[in-house]
Amino acid sequence: MPARIFGLLLVLPALTTIALLFAYPLAYSVVTAFEAGGDWGLANFIKSFELYRSDIVFTFLIVGSSALLIGLLSVAIGGYLTLGGSPAAIAILRWLYRWPLFIPFIVAGQLMRTFLAKNGMLNNTLTEIGLLTPLQTVSLLDWRGIVITFVWKQTPFVALLVAGAMASLDRSMIEAARNLGASRPRILVEIIVPQVRQTLLVGLILSFVIMMSVLSVPLMINAQSPTMITANMAFRINAYGDYGVANALGLISYLMTGAVSWIYLRYAVREQGERP
Amino acid sequence: MTAAAGTLPRGFEPLDRVRALAGSRTLAWLIRGVLLGLLAFAIFGPLLNMLLWTVTERWYFPHKLPLEYGFSFWQRVFAPRGGAIESLVNSIVIALGTVVLSLAMALPAGYALARLKLPFRSLILLAFLLPQAFPNLPVYINIARIFYQFGLNGTYIGVVLVHTTHGLVYAVWIATAAFAAVDRELEEAARSIGAGALRTFLTITLPLAAPGIFASAIFVFLESLDEFTGTYFVGAPDVQTLPLLLYSASAGGNYQIASITALILLVPSIAFMFVVERFIRADVLARVGR
Repeated sequence: MPARIFGLLLVLPALTTIALLFAYPLAYSVVTAFEAGGDWGLANFIKSFELYRSDIVFTFLIVGSSALLIGLLSVAIGGYLTLGGSPAAIAILRWLYRWPLFIPFIVAGQLMRTFLAKNGMLNNTLTEIGLLTPLQTVSLLDWRGIVITFVWKQTPFVALLVAGAMASLDRSMIEAARNLGASRPRILVEIIVPQVRQTLLVGLILSFVIMMSVLSVPLMINAQSPTMITANMAFRINAYGDYGVANALGLISYLMTGAVSWIYLRYAVREQGERP
Repeated sequence: MTAAAGTLPRGFEPLDRVRALAGSRTLAWLIRGVLLGLLAFAIFGPLLNMLLWTVTERWYFPHKLPLEYGFSFWQRVFAPRGGAIESLVNSIVIALGTVVLSLAMALPAGYALARLKLPFRSLILLAFLLPQAFPNLPVYINIARIFYQFGLNGTYIGVVLVHTTHGLVYAVWIATAAFAAVDRELEEAARSIGAGALRTFLTITLPLAAPGIFASAIFVFLESLDEFTGTYFVGAPDVQTLPLLLYSASAGGNYQIASITALILLVPSIAFMFVVERFIRADVLARVGR
């Protein structure tokens, strides 16, 4: 048997599984998004926009601002791990920041549901140290809770990637800049971040797609309007069996991640072109 | 903070310099301490809040701490009618099934992608990236619809298939990276002293790639154990897993049961976080997705 055929046979079961259980339902969801009551057209999209316009915008803002915060925190963590002055502080930070890495979203949702509530530990601590009075406390279980949960859960993942990329950089340029008297924030922003931006972007795009897929966090933190379209999709299915609108919202979520990935690809292609 | 000391005006006596240096050191540690303390609170605060709920008997507004501590909810959760044992067993059975099925497909695929000449290799690798590029919730909704026609909804096999599709991607990537990291010369040496292809694979390649593959098995196990969305659409209400139990307890306002379930799911995740580096070396991680 020729080696190429043998290799294909070895890959075939895994490839078939992806085709049947991912690619087929994906295509199915795209096609049925355009079908409403036996007719083909944009009826589902019109209905989606009528019912959930604010939620669509809201979803993009939540996921976008979470990604932005994750990026900033990851660069800060990676930057301190690379440039930090105190080995002890670096060791503590390294041990500390990774805890949420593999904690499932549903568990993170439950943790934050208790922590961010009006009577949660965050508000209780703030009143205890005198920063808030009990009357001033508010529950953060709305869009802010979703953003906080996403950032809490997803930052370690991106920070791990970014810190790894920063650690493998050539130190000589950093040392040279330091000898010339550049401050550490400046070295981070002008020398280190430009060299790891590819890794940073990949981490953020993966996080963007993951956050667009999570159902448990919006359901547990804030399922009232305005909420994320993931919660709306589940509601259309459970309450009405309305696959048309659910799939239209699904296609909108593909388009959002597609737009983000496209920006990345364009950027990566340009980057490739610049290389000698 | 040498930079601060370097900016001192001229004419400072050496002793003043030392004092200023010591002062800026203390200040630096103060800032570090406050920032690390805030980070520690942000990370451990939610965990601590959950731990308190697991041993709470009574706790309501405006009390800052539980009024009564105890383990009565643990008894209730683990009682035959509490559902936790059943969910735990279901979750473990499904996760083990997912690991076996994923590895059965990922090992040959990973080996072929790492070692054999394949037509359309980059296209095939791209196909395994596909599930990472799209939000999977709409896909799960439609898998549930398709499974319904085949009677797979609400069955263990249906849930295992959904979890396998998700886990397979990671399993293939990590297996490919692990096989690619094995030194080719060792395989060639075995072949040159007369070992067959299968024997070389079983005695040289597989043992050397084993740590990475073991890590991918644990990862796939954890992903399946923690999976919520797919199980919610395909399995519920017939197949009850721990995440579904956690969700229904939390939605019902029973924070004790939700927190105890969360703790059960939390322990293996954090344990894995601490051991993962022993299994996956940096050079294997660097090859993932290439």
